[in-house]
Amino acid sequence: MFGALFLNSSFLFGGGPDAGWFGYANLTSTQYSPGMRIDFWVLGLQILGVSSIAAALNFIVTIINLRAPGMSLMRMPLFTWMTFVTSFLLILAFPAITVGLVLLLFDRTFGTSFFNPAAGGDVLLWQHLFWIFGHPEVYILLLPGLGVISEVIPTFSRKPLFGYPFVVYSGILIAFLGFGVWAHHMFAVGLGPIGNTVFSATTMLIAIPTGVKIFNWIATMWGGSLRFKTPLYFAVGFIAMFIIGGLSGVMHSSAAADLQQTDSYFVVAHIHYVLFGGVIFALFSGIYYWFPKITGKMLSEGIGKAHFWLMLIAFNLTFFPQHYLGMHGMPRRTFTYQEGLGFEAMNLMSTIGSLVLGFSILIFLWNVFHSLRKGESAGPDPWGGATLEWAIDSPPPHYNFRVEPVVHSRDPLWVEGGLDVDVNDPTAPEPHMPSPSLWPCILAFGLLVVAIGAVSKTLPVVLAGAGVVVVAIYGWAFQPLER
Amino acid sequence: MSETAAASAEMHHTSTGLPNRKLLMWAFIGSECMLFGSLIITYLVYRGRSIVGPYPEELLNIPFITVTTFVLLMSSLTMVLALAAVQRNDMRQGKLWLLMTALLGLVFLSGQVYEFSHFVHEGLGLTTNLFGASFFLLTGTHGAHVLVGVIWLLSLFVLAVGGRLTSANAETVEITGLYWHFVDVVWIVLFTIIYLLV
Repeated sequence: MFGALFLNSSFLFGGGPDAGWFGYANLTSTQYSPGMRIDFWVLGLQILGVSSIAAALNFIVTIINLRAPGMSLMRMPLFTWMTFVTSFLLILAFPAITVGLVLLLFDRTFGTSFFNPAAGGDVLLWQHLFWIFGHPEVYILLLPGLGVISEVIPTFSRKPLFGYPFVVYSGILIAFLGFGVWAHHMFAVGLGPIGNTVFSATTMLIAIPTGVKIFNWIATMWGGSLRFKTPLYFAVGFIAMFIIGGLSGVMHSSAAADLQQTDSYFVVAHIHYVLFGGVIFALFSGIYYWFPKITGKMLSEGIGKAHFWLMLIAFNLTFFPQHYLGMHGMPRRTFTYQEGLGFEAMNLMSTIGSLVLGFSILIFLWNVFHSLRKGESAGPDPWGGATLEWAIDSPPPHYNFRVEPVVHSRDPLWVEGGLDVDVNDPTAPEPHMPSPSLWPCILAFGLLVVAIGAVSKTLPVVLAGAGVVVVAIYGWAFQPLER
Repeated sequence: MSETAAASAEMHHTSTGLPNRKLLMWAFIGSECMLFGSLIITYLVYRGRSIVGPYPEELLNIPFITVTTFVLLMSSLTMVLALAAVQRNDMRQGKLWLLMTALLGLVFLSGQVYEFSHFVHEGLGLTTNLFGASFFLLTGTHGAHVLVGVIWLLSLFVLAVGGRLTSANAETVEITGLYWHFVDVVWIVLFTIIYLLV
């Protein structure tokens, strides 16, 4: 949170970062980007990197080591599985961007020449380091979404997930292959035919596990007793939009075709179909699905469906024309385009679409606001879900399960005898919780102070921040673990 | 780490039987491998691409670094001895070997400080050329890791002197050792690619 605050505070002090999301060297050099914009970006991303790695380490250890009795890995809910895989991506991908950002920081702050071609530096090194992080990062965003869809579809089809092991292994395979495709973002820089061919092939391979998942979801719905509630609307919308994004992805996995498409609006259309049509639809599916569990209130179905239809139509209105704009040669990363090339009508469609898209998000916020005040009470299990979270109250008590459940199956609430203890037994003693600690927050605050010192180039502030970090580490390490 | 924490960590049942904190350290080491991997790649990419001197072959003093490398590798041995002593609750030996490990680490760091100041004296600064930048960043990052390890070991030593480190905390010493050995292994790689491949 401190990292995001820091990054966004740059809009107040001298403007936001202005070198694109991949910040290619040497657009980020002090020569081409003076001022503090890029410094805010670099340091904000470093804080977020540290916090992401810390959280991911926490998830990994928790999922490996602290499962309920009987909860073998192959009985875990898919959402947990994908979080697990994502955590590995995080701890392995983030260090590459950390190093890239450190090199950039040294260039900008101390005057080294890592990305200065005049002194022998190599701007392509930044692109490699960035995309070794950047492509796994795409799957860091996507895999939890795939996990959400794999939870929602079985629940609303009243059928266990079709081919559970295939869905799990596909997720692992996507993550694994995700580390071997980074240079497909760099087909146009001239890596030579062998490099381009290898990265084309690995990129095409990723389509296989992704396709496997899509067929598994469709097969789960096939012959199920479907209940079309808002979460399923978003899940089905996700599948349809994600297929479109996946298809354009396969199109530019071919290096030869990509040379026509790179840096055009076609790529902008592709990324939005996978990132918005994919990740954001999955995110809303998950929010509508778990909102009752988290808050104890149902979100309104009527407003939810209005939100879905408006978002689906506006999304396609915004981004579908961009396929054509890109194919007709409209370059990306320009704030305007030449008149008289026939781009006007489709750009107008995009503009109208994006306004409606923003409005649909307002409808969602209204739904949240309205439902929190006047929503129906959810009860423990509004959807008839199969997984353990639906066995406890909504919102869950702070200790979650009063009695630790013993897991015998993948769908414990759907199977006879799946749950043989009363997990809410009020006579059972309240579980011990780890004592709350302020030290991690103080530690994070120390990192923020270091970053503020670094961005304003005042050494005493950096040292003060580092001092806070050290004190916090010792305070945390020596604090008793349990009350 | 206090007694209650260690005791409760032992009491907690885990799915794999491995202690949580040890698992955490292994996962963290995985992440660190990628960090050093990226730095090593950066160094290798820029090898021989400096356009002004001084160049590595003029500066690197292999016999001297071989000695400090030997010192650092010996500190892994004393780390093993420290853990073994703590595990059999021989705290007199445990204290001795913990302190020895930290001291050997400090000797290595002093060698690095000497090497760095020698290089600067010879005209190689951080911004002189690509060799300077990538060399100081790579070995400096490693040196910072050694420094963290030394502070960590000294903290354990202080706890042991105060009687607050016993065989009940052997796991803490073992995790410190995991980190320490990892830092040593990284140095073996750095020694090879920086000094032996010059």
